[in-house]
Amino acid sequence: MSSLLAHDTGTGSPPDRGDPRTVRLLTPDGVRQTSGEYAARVADLDDAALLGLYTDMVVIRRIDQEATALQRQGELALWPPLLGQEAAQIGSARALEHDDFVFSSYREHGVAWVRGATTAELCRVWRGIAVAGWDPYRIGMATPQVIIGAQTLHATGYAIGAKYDGAASAVVSYFGDGATSEGDTSEAMVFAVTYGAPVVFFCQNNQWAISEPVGLQAPTGIAARAAGFGLPSVTVDGNDVLAVLAVTREALERARAGEGPSFIEAVTYRMGPHTTADDPTRYRTADEVEAWKAKDPVARLAAYLRGTGALTDDVDAEVAATAQRAAAALRADCTALGEPDGESIFDDVYAEPHPVLEAQRTRFLAYREGFEEER
Amino acid sequence: MIREFRLPDLGEGLTESELVAWRVAEGDTVELGQIIAEVETAKAMVELPSPHTGVVERLHAEPGTTVQVGETLLAFRVDDPEGDDAPPPNLVGYGAVAESGRRRRRQGAPAVDGGTTVLEQTSEPEPEPAPEPVAVVEHRTLAAPPVRMLAARLGVRLDELHGSGPHGLVTREDVERAAAGAQPTAEAAPSASPAIEADEERVPVRGVRKATADAMIRSAQVPQVTMFLPVDVTPTLELLDRLKEDRAFREVRVTFLAAVARALCLALRRHRAVNARWDGDSIVRRRAVHLGIAVATPRGLLVPVLRDAGELDLAGLADGLAALTSTARDGRTAPADLAGSTITITNVGVFGVEGGTPLLNAGEGAILAVGAVARRPWEHDGGIALRDVVTLSLTIDHRVLDGEQGALFLAEIGRLLADPARAFTA
Repeated sequence: MSSLLAHDTGTGSPPDRGDPRTVRLLTPDGVRQTSGEYAARVADLDDAALLGLYTDMVVIRRIDQEATALQRQGELALWPPLLGQEAAQIGSARALEHDDFVFSSYREHGVAWVRGATTAELCRVWRGIAVAGWDPYRIGMATPQVIIGAQTLHATGYAIGAKYDGAASAVVSYFGDGATSEGDTSEAMVFAVTYGAPVVFFCQNNQWAISEPVGLQAPTGIAARAAGFGLPSVTVDGNDVLAVLAVTREALERARAGEGPSFIEAVTYRMGPHTTADDPTRYRTADEVEAWKAKDPVARLAAYLRGTGALTDDVDAEVAATAQRAAAALRADCTALGEPDGESIFDDVYAEPHPVLEAQRTRFLAYREGFEEER
Repeated sequence: MIREFRLPDLGEGLTESELVAWRVAEGDTVELGQIIAEVETAKAMVELPSPHTGVVERLHAEPGTTVQVGETLLAFRVDDPEGDDAPPPNLVGYGAVAESGRRRRRQGAPAVDGGTTVLEQTSEPEPEPAPEPVAVVEHRTLAAPPVRMLAARLGVRLDELHGSGPHGLVTREDVERAAAGAQPTAEAAPSASPAIEADEERVPVRGVRKATADAMIRSAQVPQVTMFLPVDVTPTLELLDRLKEDRAFREVRVTFLAAVARALCLALRRHRAVNARWDGDSIVRRRAVHLGIAVATPRGLLVPVLRDAGELDLAGLADGLAALTSTARDGRTAPADLAGSTITITNVGVFGVEGGTPLLNAGEGAILAVGAVARRPWEHDGGIALRDVVTLSLTIDHRVLDGEQGALFLAEIGRLLADPARAFTA
């Protein structure tokens, strides 16, 4: 007997609700829809651009795999894998301009990669040797937020500031389905609407807030929540890189035109564990994972590009080699990262000298001086 | 050369894992990333990818056994130009290990003059009696950030205040009081209130009521004297009536209070000594006239200040007073506008009383009370006529001024109001 409510089964949403309102331009079999409003928004993509999206997705999947291995080998303390969410991240990040700004959660390695983070920058924090992976102002992306949903407030604040500055930049805040149950996220949306802030709330609904199925937290669906805040929202097939690109372009256009914030729910699936310290087999079924595997974001774009002739075996081998080089670079960069001087922990806490912190630094240095080599 | 691989912490804070199965055997050639073992932690079953490309030299653990984090799991034979003598790295995944080569000096660390910090005692106890750590606790005045900001704006030094809040917390009222030139006083700890009768009501004293009470107590410590002067102000009222018709005053409503303020400012030009305050062993005279106006508001008595009132003409004074009083009644007066007056007017007449003995606004030399204007039979042009009469009363700080100076000043105000044309001569 089938169940109507997803959470009755204790699992996430069914892989495909067949909801006609969900924006989709590429079916799981790789058939592309070329008519309609959203199709028109990505009609400009030529083969090179499409292959670019494909390469990004393959590369970040390989980087993600290597980082997971590095954690298993003791080189990283922790890693939150993005496997399965490549299209949601690459498609949305590719819609951004240079002067836009991203406030993300901790799983958005693909977004950081597109924004220009290096392999070393991707893994520094997870190796436990730095408090921030990169210079946020260089790549237009804040340090990933570990506190669930807190970055939505930062994004709204930044966007309000951008509006007051008269800047053309838009802001994207990435968060997961679990974050929509956080007070911070609600507040961020309230203030974004109140101030007409140029911010896009981009929710990657990967079905699981660690072990909590989305159907339990949001039985009416995530995108429906946005309406209560007065936010226009759209549900998109998050494993369809073209559809994700199209809806993100639309939302950013709205933001830049002064039409205020938007909400995007990208329906996707976390194929791997929540982090390397999690075992998803304890809370979800193999059938569910298999069903989502059939909707793989990378495979579907590959199928389409093979159909058009853009992706030949030679090109694919080239892409794979690029990905392998990125993985090798990640491994080499990661293991070459030196230990930071303990004193550096005091460096970037305040922009200006702070007497209390200076006193702590002095005390720390004196403590360290107190060690001597054993004779 | 041989590379050993020690078991890392595969979760977050795990100390051991169970080896479930080997996927390789001794002598097998493995690629970097190839799965070599299945391991079960307290959190998850995980596959271990090989950290090297090479040959499996030795498996150090049996399936089914528990391996501690940091213990050698297996060894590889690899081609590595770096040689054999490289020590096995302490991987991130092993967590912090005890450093064997270094230890804490027994004599402890040298003291550091951090100004306000005291070095903590080192972990190893001293064999001889250790000197007691000197508690050099920097006294940092407690205050909430907005109060600190207010203090900075009003130029009040927090470290000179004794806060009335818990643990000496400096409150907004403390700062405002200090800014008004008052001596801050530490509040007595709230004592248990005695019981009250059934028909009594106890009203907690706080906010403006409390500030007023404190100000009045400070005022009561000043030796002060009050003098009275009834004045026929009919000519001034006639002047105000004429001004109403004047196009130049169309936008302004010139009140009688504004006229009194104008008269006071003009009188101060000849009696500068009145615009002064007692300051310990000296008297401080002010050139600028900052006119305090006592205003009854829903919150209580406030004395907002009209700055440089001496520079204003009649219309300017009327404008300023109207703005000041309406702002105060709306409760929107900025704290800075409640401090710094040099002389004060209180208009008790608006409540219909003939006059009173105002108490000095502490830190000032004089305060003028204006009674109600009433039609009274009065001597006029050698006969008796109904005239508009008001009683002015002036209280002075007798340390700053003598009765003569106060009387002459009050009389000058009276003359100007009785005959506003005298302003010509001012």
